[in-house]
Amino acid sequence: MNITGEDLILACSAIGAGLAVIAGIGPGIGQGIAAGYGASAVGRNPGAQGKIMSTMLLGQAVAETTGLYGLLVAMLLLFVKPLVG
Amino acid sequence: MNEAILMSASADNIDFMIHGLYSFELFGQEVWITTSHVCIAIVMMVLVIFSIIANRKLAHATEVPDTFQNVLELMVEKLSGIVEGNMGSHAPKFTNYICTIFVFILVSNISGLFGLRPPTADYGTTFALGIITFALIHITKWRNQSFKQIWTDMCSPLPPWFPLWLPINLISEIAVPISLSLRLFANVLSGTVMMALVYGLLAKIAYVWPAVLHVYFDLFSGAIQTYVFCMLTMTYITQSYGDEE
Repeated sequence: MNITGEDLILACSAIGAGLAVIAGIGPGIGQGIAAGYGASAVGRNPGAQGKIMSTMLLGQAVAETTGLYGLLVAMLLLFVKPLVG
Repeated sequence: MNEAILMSASADNIDFMIHGLYSFELFGQEVWITTSHVCIAIVMMVLVIFSIIANRKLAHATEVPDTFQNVLELMVEKLSGIVEGNMGSHAPKFTNYICTIFVFILVSNISGLFGLRPPTADYGTTFALGIITFALIHITKWRNQSFKQIWTDMCSPLPPWFPLWLPINLISEIAVPISLSLRLFANVLSGTVMMALVYGLLAKIAYVWPAVLHVYFDLFSGAIQTYVFCMLTMTYITQSYGDEE
């Protein structure tokens, strides 16, 4: 079986896509920390639950961005194939 | 094969790509009418028809509102409440814009439920929204702050006569619309890809339970991202007023 240059690039792109999605670790930890502090804030002040909830969700959604960049890189590597000439 | 970003066809029955429908030449450039355009047109049509009906209804509003009028009043009150809460005294100028993009992005994100490919899963759409926000931020900034203030702000951690930090601040200004639009785009796209994978790979057993995934990816994620986009837009615009009060 002959492995052409293009095959090699595609295989490496798949590995690269897998590595890129590791970026999801960071936002996972960050969102967990935000949720934990949100829970303790609600425990301390149950009256402000609505406000805490919306602040927490906003912060989590912003923290999620870095993970989504990893996802985008993976998508580009897999489907747009920028490295194949 | 690569007509545009994410416009190519992939494996047999997994389909989450944008398809070109019709192409024409414009100034020597090939321009495609894609499925996103069609989906945006459908979303706009729904919104326009809804607005016309609502307008007719409110033209002869009654003292004691009936069901439809109640829903309309609730929507308007909630939305302008959000804008009021975040922008304070600057709210009246921007209520129209924020409410419009809120409704548009929300309906676009949810349109995945009705079998459309969400228009916000196309980077063209979200980047346009990001650019509008960017323009608003800078128009507000140049109208309400003097050049000296902006310059001091741009050199911010260092004194204004030593603009070493200027390039970094400029990059962070340019990053605003890009990160805003990429966040929305990637979130909606990930939901779309997920649903396409479920329906494509598990087609034999995909009965009823994908509804749960739809609720998460389309409704929950879509609503959160809409809220975040509008929130950040409001925060940036309020910031660009400077701290004059």
